[in-house]
Amino acid sequence: MDRRTTLKWVLAAGAAWPLRGNGAARAGSPLAAHGYGTDPDLLKNYRAGELWPLTLTPAQRRLAGILSDLIIPADEHSPSASAVGVVEFIDEWVSAPYPTHRRDRTVVLDGFKWLDAEAGIRFGKQFANLDAGGQAGICDDVCDASRAAPARLDAAHFFALYRDLTAGGFYTTPAGRKDLNYIGNVPLASFEGPPPALLKALGLS
Amino acid sequence: MLSGVYGSNEGLENTPNSPPGCLLPPPSPLVSDRLIAQRAKRLGIPVIPGHRAVLTQPLDHRGTPARLHPGNETAQRILAEDMRARTACLWATPCGRGCSIRANYQSTTVHLPPALSSGNLDIRTDAMVHEVTLGRDGRASGVNFIDRTSGKQQHAAARVVILAASACETVRILLNSKSARSPQGLANSSGKVGRYLMDTVGSDVSGQVPLLESLPPLNEDAADGHQLYVPWWLYQEQQAGKLGFARGYHIEFNGGRRMPGYGTAAGIEWLTGGSYGLKFKQDARRYYGSFVYFDGRGEMIPNENSYCEVDPKVRDKWGIPVLRFHWQWSEHERGQAAHMQRTFVDIIEAMGGKPRDPPQTDGAKAIAPGGSIIHEVGGAIMGSDPKASVTNRWCQTWDVDNLFITDGAVFASNADKNPTLTIMALAWRAADHILERMRRKEL
Repeated sequence: MDRRTTLKWVLAAGAAWPLRGNGAARAGSPLAAHGYGTDPDLLKNYRAGELWPLTLTPAQRRLAGILSDLIIPADEHSPSASAVGVVEFIDEWVSAPYPTHRRDRTVVLDGFKWLDAEAGIRFGKQFANLDAGGQAGICDDVCDASRAAPARLDAAHFFALYRDLTAGGFYTTPAGRKDLNYIGNVPLASFEGPPPALLKALGLS
Repeated sequence: MLSGVYGSNEGLENTPNSPPGCLLPPPSPLVSDRLIAQRAKRLGIPVIPGHRAVLTQPLDHRGTPARLHPGNETAQRILAEDMRARTACLWATPCGRGCSIRANYQSTTVHLPPALSSGNLDIRTDAMVHEVTLGRDGRASGVNFIDRTSGKQQHAAARVVILAASACETVRILLNSKSARSPQGLANSSGKVGRYLMDTVGSDVSGQVPLLESLPPLNEDAADGHQLYVPWWLYQEQQAGKLGFARGYHIEFNGGRRMPGYGTAAGIEWLTGGSYGLKFKQDARRYYGSFVYFDGRGEMIPNENSYCEVDPKVRDKWGIPVLRFHWQWSEHERGQAAHMQRTFVDIIEAMGGKPRDPPQTDGAKAIAPGGSIIHEVGGAIMGSDPKASVTNRWCQTWDVDNLFITDGAVFASNADKNPTLTIMALAWRAADHILERMRRKEL
């Protein structure tokens, strides 16, 4: 595929959002849990997949890791999202039977399909096999729903959800908390409040 | 004094002072608390220490038991032992997940252990109570319940039955306790069971404040929120007819470098322009701790159109008929909610910040749906007239001498104050009354 053809395809349409409603049913393994009854035993450590079947296929997990690390890559402060278990977190999230999770599952699985379809149109490859520039080019078009083209709005909402899931999984780990310089949740004999010098600097003395 | 509440006496209207020795010292406010206080005060809005049931210092286990249980040495000893075993706050771990050192008040960890120590309490869990049974004398004889583990119907006999199942569930039990004597449900000769259901008026606004960005590392766990708060303040304006609604609200607010959670860096595109990658990590660091959240909690006036009744068709998995609900806000609640929105945005702007969304000026859209603040009260209201209320001032039902209600169902009004402490005070008062009458063999 030459460059002109690719550009023409990109300008022409872009990938369509998977059909609403039945996209998720086709994408992942079937959701076996019906309803959710009472809560799990919160004192027990369950193995992954013990409470409800996990969703992502090996290919989807690979894509999930690549996308999570595009959103939160490693830097001098902390490791990447996938290095601290964010893919496992997201797989657990989209597999849980609760209403919010079922809704998110549809969006995430449809979003994965859209990424591959869009990568196919632009480069004739799956998203996971694109180089960094190709992946960023697609992400740039959907990373902000307020600026996204109308045809890409669903994809932009997927990206926003996926960024929230990635950030939620990442910043609740010890590495993520450290990255934010969170120093609480340690027992203190007394709570002294903010240091006077800081209050003075902020005009709050 | 019994549960341990921090706060201060400010002498403000409708914010009564507590008796000496009652309040524990309030915790130090956070940076964001102080900024809110400074800027709100410029708008004429008072900001004072909140009242919250967290031990900022150990309870007075030497003096308090004798004041609470005069002449009862056993009760004094049990309470003193339990108070001594409760530890002051260690300024860590989120209160909402339970407090293993019992610095944070919960009825399950603070009241039940000493009650069990008395040897006079049995707790029967997994019991779905659905009916109060009556003896031939018309007095309550106990309750019927379904054992959740076996699914079997069982009965517990009682000299006095006290319902405290939470307002709506108490109503449900009464309405489902039908007999030839009480075809409309028990204690319902007034027809008022289920009526005058109330919740708290709620509306919220969040915003972001550049002054709070990129602060140095600080431990701001504090008491896990509610170090400061705003009591209702516009009495004079309201009296002058300037507000367009009756009754008031208080403001709860939060901010600071709290323990990162799922939402800490979520939904921040409105500030970041949709960044991802290294830029997103920088943005997350920059904005963490710079958000402020305001929640209004206002008084709802009870009305004829907010009530619950037994659903004629739907039953739960145990076969017990469920409730269905009817709800209507008045212009007073809607007006309050719109006023909250404007006020919260004013405070955020006075802090140099910007609100996440513009203020919702339509009160019907600004107000949280009825029931969602989970302060449901009313439904079996207390009163002085047996024809217009369900219980007397001792929480005793007018119709059944030995049947009492000690949850929020007895509330005949729902002030802007959160209901738990009032429920506890009424329950305590009712318990003293029941005990006295049992001693006199009247019950």
